[in-house]
Amino acid sequence: MSVWSRIANVFRGDRLSREIQEELEAHVEEAIEQGRDPDEARRAFGPSLRMREQSRDLRLLGWLDSVRADAIFGWRQIWKKKVTSAAAVLSLALAIGACTAAFRLIDALLLRPLPVADPEQLYVLSRHGLGFDGKPASYDGWAYPAFRQMREAIKDQAELIAISYAQQMDMTYRSDEEMEKGWLQYVSGWMFESLGLRPALGRLLTENDDLKPGGHPVAVLSHDYWTHRFGQDPKIIGRTVRMGNDIYEIVGVVQEPFTGTEPGIVTDIFIPTMMNSSVTRSDSTWHRTLVRLRPGVAVEPVQTKLHATSRAFEEDRAKGFMGMTRQTIERFLDQKVVLEPAAGGVSQLQRDYRGPLVALGMLVALVLLIACANVANLMMAQAAARTREMALRVSIGAGRARLVQMVLVESAWLALLASAIGAVFAWWSAPFVIGRINPPGNPVRLGLDADWRVLGFAIALGLAVTFVFGLAPALRASAVTPASALKGGDDPHSRRRAMHVLIAAQVAFCFLVLFVAGLFAATSERLSNKPLGFSAERILLLSTVSAQPQSPLVWDQVADHLRSLPGIEKVALADRPLLNGYASNSFISVNGSPPSEILAYFRSVSPGWFDTMKIRRIDGSDFRESDTSTTDGGEGVAIVNETFARQYFGGENPVGKWFEKTYRNNRYRVVGLVPDVPYRNLREPTLPTAYVPFHGMDSNGTLRPVGNGTFIVRTSGSNPLMLAQFLRQEVGRARPGFRVSNVATQQELISAQTIRERLLAMLALFFAVVALVLAGVGLYGVLDYSVLQRRREIGIRMAIGAQAGDIARRVTGEAFAMVLLGAAAGLGLGLGAVRFMETLLYGVNATDLTILAVPSLTIVAVALIAALAPVIRALQIDPVAMLRME
Amino acid sequence: MAKTDSLQGSLDLLVLKILSRRPRLHGYAIMSAIQAISDDVLRAEEGSIYPALHRMEEAGWIRAEWITKDSGRRARIYELTASGKKQLDAEESRWLAVTSAVNRVLRMA
Repeated sequence: MSVWSRIANVFRGDRLSREIQEELEAHVEEAIEQGRDPDEARRAFGPSLRMREQSRDLRLLGWLDSVRADAIFGWRQIWKKKVTSAAAVLSLALAIGACTAAFRLIDALLLRPLPVADPEQLYVLSRHGLGFDGKPASYDGWAYPAFRQMREAIKDQAELIAISYAQQMDMTYRSDEEMEKGWLQYVSGWMFESLGLRPALGRLLTENDDLKPGGHPVAVLSHDYWTHRFGQDPKIIGRTVRMGNDIYEIVGVVQEPFTGTEPGIVTDIFIPTMMNSSVTRSDSTWHRTLVRLRPGVAVEPVQTKLHATSRAFEEDRAKGFMGMTRQTIERFLDQKVVLEPAAGGVSQLQRDYRGPLVALGMLVALVLLIACANVANLMMAQAAARTREMALRVSIGAGRARLVQMVLVESAWLALLASAIGAVFAWWSAPFVIGRINPPGNPVRLGLDADWRVLGFAIALGLAVTFVFGLAPALRASAVTPASALKGGDDPHSRRRAMHVLIAAQVAFCFLVLFVAGLFAATSERLSNKPLGFSAERILLLSTVSAQPQSPLVWDQVADHLRSLPGIEKVALADRPLLNGYASNSFISVNGSPPSEILAYFRSVSPGWFDTMKIRRIDGSDFRESDTSTTDGGEGVAIVNETFARQYFGGENPVGKWFEKTYRNNRYRVVGLVPDVPYRNLREPTLPTAYVPFHGMDSNGTLRPVGNGTFIVRTSGSNPLMLAQFLRQEVGRARPGFRVSNVATQQELISAQTIRERLLAMLALFFAVVALVLAGVGLYGVLDYSVLQRRREIGIRMAIGAQAGDIARRVTGEAFAMVLLGAAAGLGLGLGAVRFMETLLYGVNATDLTILAVPSLTIVAVALIAALAPVIRALQIDPVAMLRME
Repeated sequence: MAKTDSLQGSLDLLVLKILSRRPRLHGYAIMSAIQAISDDVLRAEEGSIYPALHRMEEAGWIRAEWITKDSGRRARIYELTASGKKQLDAEESRWLAVTSAVNRVLRMA
């Protein structure tokens, strides 16, 4: 009974009324049957309509019934004006969908907790301060010996877990010919237990699997990998996989949905930290440290204690530092250890995309506000047409709250329809955006399950939208005073004023969106068209490993073999390709001066590398076959770039001069000077770079064997990837034990550098167009309405001789003042917002004339186009017909 | 004594009491019973019994059911629920307390 039956009765209201009526009639009939006079019986019964209404109200929820009635009425209103309603719903749907999609992305990348026990107790340990390059930065990499000391020091208050950066590894389940790539993480054996994870099959790693360096060749697979690589084969346990020179036994599969701790990467294989070759080194920071606080332990004391332990470790280690100034060492030691919440995991993707996603979220929120203003204006204009209806309702006793409810229910219909369509849009668009983040060989994988958080967000958004665009028209509509409304309306300008305020707000938001989109587009354009100083055209990069390190002479033989193949123009060797993100650096000293405070960057290349990359030479010569670099205090030769010459030689020509790497006193004679080319990424200022020969000489005069390198191949055909498979085979054929582990074109590496910027520019421009269209439609609607409302006035003016220009000015003047006001406000907002976006911008100045002029002119142009139709309409008014209408 | 609204405030009590004695009555029968037992003293606008019945039905004190009578007409009959019995006890004792108090006042004044 009670509430449920009353709710149910709302939806069977007619039947309820019939039943009550039947019962009441039965009463009178019974009386007549008993022999009473029909008239007397009816009189004694009393007014049956009142009884029925009373009973009906008792037996259903009155407010719900009224909402039901409003919903039906509202739906009819919307259906009556199909075109305007569809426009309103579609523009709202686009905006709501975009907001929901942005939230899905933000949720998946940044907010959603890892699928582990008590994720809110997880923290990541990092160091904040100045780096060796003197710039403020934060580092979350740690050396294992330091990790061990910290774990021991804090074990009563927290558990520390080492988890390496996810890396792609070459691995094989059979022979070298069947190498494949998989994502690997080295993890502390106790990680699984500490995170409350269970095996789906076999067993997980424990602390006993992580005791002795190199002693635990065991591996655990993720459920995802087990599923898509092995089809959930239960016989996987006990199989072996080879990575490098180690053979690992698979002991288990971890339960769904845990796939590592880095949102954006799905880890395939977990192996113990002890299997990492750097595990005993104090100078290699290769893993993150996750901290799980024990219950009731505060962050602050743990942080202080870890800081002290870490600092003591580094101070001890710094005693062995050579070739650095005291100041550089102090700066390094002063880095502060910080615990940061890591419930959602930690990944590079988060670092790279937090800013862009938040910026994008802001843009779509603005678009949503513009769409809301549009619908509000629409509703406001409709409310004008319904003034008499409202007045009538008030006259026969409708309360104000009831009228507000009625209009809000109509808004809710629009919001509901828009949300439903928006959900479809979000469902499609979020994976679309993720699919665009696809650097070669490393596409982002991010789970986008629509969970209760997304659903909650969408519902909250729908409600908020209903109130944002519905409340003002609802209040306005309900505030009618019947007397004046039925007489023909009160101040007709007040409604227009409200609409004009909305127009100003719309234009301001629209300007902001255009302005920001312009900044992103300029950033993307400038980064993509940055002069490189080399030619990436037709360059194929073969990252190659040899089973055992081989003499560089052997590597040269492989290069010679490639050179002899058809379709190959040039071949050179280098330690790594340009722009692949890696760096190798050292402090240097010139003429025995103290060590530099600026790091110099190194790259080893073979003779002919500059030629192959088409880097011109400013002075000096290329390396000769006999030139070598040096590792143990010997002498070698180097070719440096212009920034290097400026930085260390005061801008003089460095050819013929000497410098030394301070670490081991390796001396280098500069034999050439080349222009600047980007080193590891496109964004940073050019680094001082020294190129040294691929041939390295030991102290005892022998060539140092090399285990991996990159063949840089310039093909003669226009699509270098056509040769990828062929060259892959030829490398293996040229020399047994040589294997290509990765193939990419130089162009792909360059494009990968600008993915984020291009994506942001593309999305921002898309929303700029949407914002522009919405604002244009909004302006058109308001002008059109105002012409309609003032047609009598215009007719009179024309009759007494007003000129066309005068009429046009009169019709559009107010609105255009609002457009200008809005644009000015948008400009102010934009300039204020730029400060928060600086890290996302490259090579653009917010106060550039073009950056400011483009959005301004675009908005004015759109405003003119929007005004055209209403003005023509105003001029076509026939004064005679208009005056006769009265 | 006036025949009109003397039922004010005590209609629920009377309906519950009658239904406790004779279950499964329709509205007209309940009203006739009140009139007959009170020797025509208690008599209201006959229709006003229905909102009261529907209110008590919503409160869960009585439940209703449609039946078809021998004459072929449908009638909605009512009977007491468990919580209706409790309500009856409560109302009855409250009524007794009030009337005895009123009687005392009438005697003493």
